[in-house]
Amino acid sequence: MSQWFMITLVGKDQTGIVAKITTALFDNNCNLGEASMLRLGGNFTVMLMVSYDGKVQNLTTFLQPISDSLQLQLHIDAIDGQLHHHQQPNLRIRVHGADRTGIVAQVTTALAEVGFNILDLESDVGGTDNKPFYVVDIEGIATNGIEPVETAMQGLLGNEIEIKLEPIETVMM
Amino acid sequence: MAVLDLLIYPDSRLKTISSPVESFDKKLLDFITDLEDTIAAAPGSVGIAAPQVGEFKRIVIVDVSTKANIKHHGHLRLINPEIVHWKGFAVGREGCMSVPDYIGNVVRAKNIKLLAMDEYGIQHEYEMTGYEARAVQHEIDHLEGMLFLDRLVSRRHDLLQRENRHLS
Ligand SMILES: [Zn+2]
Repeated sequence: MSQWFMITLVGKDQTGIVAKITTALFDNNCNLGEASMLRLGGNFTVMLMVSYDGKVQNLTTFLQPISDSLQLQLHIDAIDGQLHHHQQPNLRIRVHGADRTGIVAQVTTALAEVGFNILDLESDVGGTDNKPFYVVDIEGIATNGIEPVETAMQGLLGNEIEIKLEPIETVMM
Repeated sequence: MAVLDLLIYPDSRLKTISSPVESFDKKLLDFITDLEDTIAAAPGSVGIAAPQVGEFKRIVIVDVSTKANIKHHGHLRLINPEIVHWKGFAVGREGCMSVPDYIGNVVRAKNIKLLAMDEYGIQHEYEMTGYEARAVQHEIDHLEGMLFLDRLVSRRHDLLQRENRHLS
């Protein structure tokens, strides 16, 4: 019986990583599920759900040589995962400001305190080495409504950061 | 009264271009009733297009009146609808009864001017905005054999750059 695994790969970016990994998975009868693959700081990162009728050891046996040849770090976990369990965000929070330590910690701690569940967070550093700025884009579920989130974020304003809240609507047809 | 079967992606019939309605008769009214029963059986859904049930005619039902605090025209039966003017663009999340368990970001015009007939063949003009305008654009796409999957954008897309582009 098939079981879901989470495959994590990280290493220096180069052409062909996705093609080689997914071909190996296909050749070994794996099914792909949800995935996030992106370049972060010159590294290529892969988080990939795979369903496979076997054990972690078998997956490792055929993936390790390929990840070694691409100089990637490979990590595999058996997970209690399933497809079709999407949750829909209802609030987006955009934060930007001068880069300083602790922005993300402050914002996300305040969010956690009012019951905001983060589904997706993207952040980036722009500007120059002398004057970096930080941008964070968060999508999630304001489980107790938007007002407590607004109040919590207002408490953080002024410290050279801008915070914008945007309700996310989904039109279902 | 009948809840009709939906075509579900990747059914290739969803790519069919629908033809205009020419007879405004009892058959049309009966079909509209079935379409309304079908949408009523799908809680949360605000629109349906005839091709979604395999009837390749330019018929759309849109009703966003359940949404609080938005501008809308109530329950709309739109026959041979045609968008004649677009203004402004916005990214928004959409889902579709024919595309279960998938929500994606799509760019749509914020404001539209729409010409459409009612179920008796009388022409009407509508100025629509926001949520209702998005729903109508989604449904008219179905008449052209298009799904929102054909229009997906990543949330990384920069909306401001787009806003200045496709304006008419
Ligand atoms: Zn649809």
